Amino acid sequence: MNKEDLSFKIKQSTDVNVRECYQCGKCTAGCPLAEHMDLRPSVIMRMLQSGDKEDEDKILRSLSIWLCLTCETCYSRCPMELDIPKIMDHLRQRSLAEGKVHHDARNIVTFHKSFLNTVERNGRLHEIGLVLDYKMHSGKLFQDITVAPGMFSRGKLSILPEQIKDKKGLSRLFKNQDKNTK
Amino acid sequence: MTGSSREYNESLLAISKAAGIELVEITDWNCCGATAAHNLNKELSVSLPARNLALAEFDGMEELVVPCAACYNRLVMTQHELNEDSNLKARIAEKLKMPLKNSIKILNVLQFLEKYFIPRLDELVKYPLTYDVACYYGCLLVRPNKVMHVERWEDPMAMDIIMQKLGANAIDWPFKTECCGAGFSVSKPEIVGELSGKIVRNAVGNGAKAIVVACPMCHSNLDMRRPAIESYLNKKVDIPVIYITQAIALAMGIAPKEAGIQRHFVPVNLTVNR
Repeated sequence: MNKEDLSFKIKQSTDVNVRECYQCGKCTAGCPLAEHMDLRPSVIMRMLQSGDKEDEDKILRSLSIWLCLTCETCYSRCPMELDIPKIMDHLRQRSLAEGKVHHDARNIVTFHKSFLNTVERNGRLHEIGLVLDYKMHSGKLFQDITVAPGMFSRGKLSILPEQIKDKKGLSRLFKNQDKNTK
Repeated sequence: MTGSSREYNESLLAISKAAGIELVEITDWNCCGATAAHNLNKELSVSLPARNLALAEFDGMEELVVPCAACYNRLVMTQHELNEDSNLKARIAEKLKMPLKNSIKILNVLQFLEKYFIPRLDELVKYPLTYDVACYYGCLLVRPNKVMHVERWEDPMAMDIIMQKLGANAIDWPFKTECCGAGFSVSKPEIVGELSGKIVRNAVGNGAKAIVVACPMCHSNLDMRRPAIESYLNKKVDIPVIYITQAIALAMGIAPKEAGIQRHFVPVNLTVNR
């Protein structure tokens, strides 16, 4: 493994050694979203082993890394006990940092960012705040407009967010963080 | 638990109260960051749950009952990661400015029920439930099995055993631990329709009259996202989805309203033999 290789960086950050993968394909076989993926989990593992720079770029630009739902089926079934979801987290963060997020994954990233914005603001999740923040940033203004009244009538939406008291302590956790989470 | 899964909270509190168990909230708890944090920011995905662990310790708690499966998963993963990596633990404790022993016992709702309700179910159950149900566990309560250490993680039985004890027939079916689409509920609802649709179809096909869950995300995807499911399956499906805590509440004779049964999108028409 070369120090410049993505597989080396993955090993350093996650302690998972992609070289241990012997391509049995169990991860892909059990993945609930494999058929929607441009690169399936076992293919990503093989491409990481190659150390090929073009392959690494393709992985970071893929939709697959964002479609992964972290259901942990692959990791639980892997005969080599390779923590693929952990690799996916690493790849997502790198893809975001390098500005390589796949076009069709933008809503997913926007949603995650809106989620964290809400948590940073209130300390707790506030569903209306989350959805409004997401609509603003994704431009999907009319999505789920038919669900909201049903949630209201069932008492499932609170207008005002719950706030935690120790905002200062919480904001410390958000400080000195990777800027890309904003 | 105070928003879209309000009835989970209500039913858990109702059965606990009826069984004489007092549950106390962690003072000033915060959101665990869920999928968003671990997808975008490794440190936050650990520091947010760690703050709750530290606060619970400060409150003098020895056992943490975590009804939300996502919170449970993040707390257990955090506890595990911090115990594996002492540098990370020291760094997080410094950011928190709180001591962190990191040894609190974390229970999900099934473990809580197993410990505090199963031994007393004969005494607590007044109105046995008599229908066929599909117990659906999803991902977060059972995986990764290397950390969660669930017995029979591909075919768990904890919820099935509880439902049998309530008088119901827990069917044998192969979609117990398939993923519902989880956090894509807003950003990729068509994927939720597909993954949850396959689960609902299989439960119905195996004769279930209700699906029983122990996770707020599974519930909202199978219940609130029913239109997406129906558009994937291309037909109407009316099987209700209830929380395990609501099933216990009904069997204990607690009023359906107190257990939040009326808050579901898919109407729950399960009768109790009174």
